[in-house]
Amino acid sequence: MNFPSELKYTKEHEWVRLDGDTATIGITDFAQGELGDIVYIDVDTVGDVIDKDEVFGTVEAVKTVSDLFMPVTGEISELNEALNNQPELVNSDPYGDGWLIKVKISDPSQFEGLLSVDEYQSLVGA
Amino acid sequence: MKTTALTQKHIALGAKMVEFAGYDMPVLYSGINDEHHAVRKSAGIFDVSHMGEFILKGPNALALIQQVTTNDASKLVPGKIQYSCFPNNDGGIVDDLLVYCIDDKTYMLVVNASNIQKDWDWIMKFNSHDVEMHNISDQTSLLAVQGPDATKILQPLTSMNLNDMVYYTFQKGVFAGCENVLVSNTGYTGAGGFEIYFENKYADTIWDAIMKEGMKFGLKPAGLGARDTLRLEMGFCLYGNDIDDTTSPIEAGLGWITKFSKEFNNSSALKLQKEQGVVRKLVGFKMMEKGIPRKGYQICDESGNEIGIVTSGTMSPTLNEAIGMGYVKSELSSEGTQIFIKVRDKLLKSSIIKVPFVKK
Repeated sequence: MNFPSELKYTKEHEWVRLDGDTATIGITDFAQGELGDIVYIDVDTVGDVIDKDEVFGTVEAVKTVSDLFMPVTGEISELNEALNNQPELVNSDPYGDGWLIKVKISDPSQFEGLLSVDEYQSLVGA
Repeated sequence: MKTTALTQKHIALGAKMVEFAGYDMPVLYSGINDEHHAVRKSAGIFDVSHMGEFILKGPNALALIQQVTTNDASKLVPGKIQYSCFPNNDGGIVDDLLVYCIDDKTYMLVVNASNIQKDWDWIMKFNSHDVEMHNISDQTSLLAVQGPDATKILQPLTSMNLNDMVYYTFQKGVFAGCENVLVSNTGYTGAGGFEIYFENKYADTIWDAIMKEGMKFGLKPAGLGARDTLRLEMGFCLYGNDIDDTTSPIEAGLGWITKFSKEFNNSSALKLQKEQGVVRKLVGFKMMEKGIPRKGYQICDESGNEIGIVTSGTMSPTLNEAIGMGYVKSELSSEGTQIFIKVRDKLLKSSIIKVPFVKK
């Protein structure tokens, strides 16, 4: 399993990359492996401001559906449109082309409070 | 947790294992979609040894089967198989099953793993004429080899003529050098293929022989995940989802295996139901908006009033569309009726369509 060291992580198995005040958010390699074939990303909260730990959407795999939680408070500025036709990108490239949303974050200190790669790896036993 | 004779093989192949009906079973190996496509296009091999097998033997075996099942087992001749169900006395279904006629005094019943004890106790209740009953589930392995290439893969391993084996018939013979193997032209995928029953001690030999023959055809080991998406594309009922102790065979569209030419448990009530019509019916539907139906989701009308419930749902790997089955009020059950599935807080448009979802 692959866990890029420049990213921050959550116990809900999401990753966050910060670029200025924009956070890019996706699910981890561990999460996509557990979910199996992903068939649909349901996010209809673009433009909304959503609090940390609240649900911003769901990811549907063949067998299961799982909620997606905001790692940090902010306004969802963009959904990865490529996932409409190719949800399997989340499986094949979870940290790259399979990113889920971009968020204008409200409080940068929340980012610093997320899990480091080491903390996340020990969480999933990797 | 119980294991099958092949559990170690699955683990060695890297399968993701889950508990199902008390057994440690492979849910997937390479991925549900990949395994699903392998079965539709070439072939897949499933270990379904968790299924239960009972042998009923004696001059009164047929009479007992006639009493406890809905289909007419008197139509069976040796070598033939019938799909059937055990009705309870409250209008529901104890289990669905296959009835194999070994000879006119010997039958094999194949039941769902989750219901082995329940079915056994239920049949025993009606066994007043000393039919000999054997539960051979723990000694018996079952492999399903399914897909268009199944015959080509299996034929080199046996002198039984698989090409000429008619759907829902079986033979017993030598397979991969193992004796007393039962091969039937049956399955739960709609892709064609065979189910192979044998003693546990032959499990490694038979599994390895099939995997070796299958290599050149792209045979893949397939898990319970693909088994579920494959059966749902065909509109086949899954016990515990689409049928259970509270759903009648008539409601579930199993009228074709409910034969009133004979008497059986609860037959008069079911006959009345058939004549007078049922309040709800099991239907297939296809999502017209993005979203995936799941078991337990509400089925609603345009205004959001509940008119039924989803019993099975998935993204169909073959159609790349979301499909499902569920019970709706009979007056709203005709083909083409627009219904709405409540997915989380949204009402998503959906249309009732005829099953199978995937035509052969």
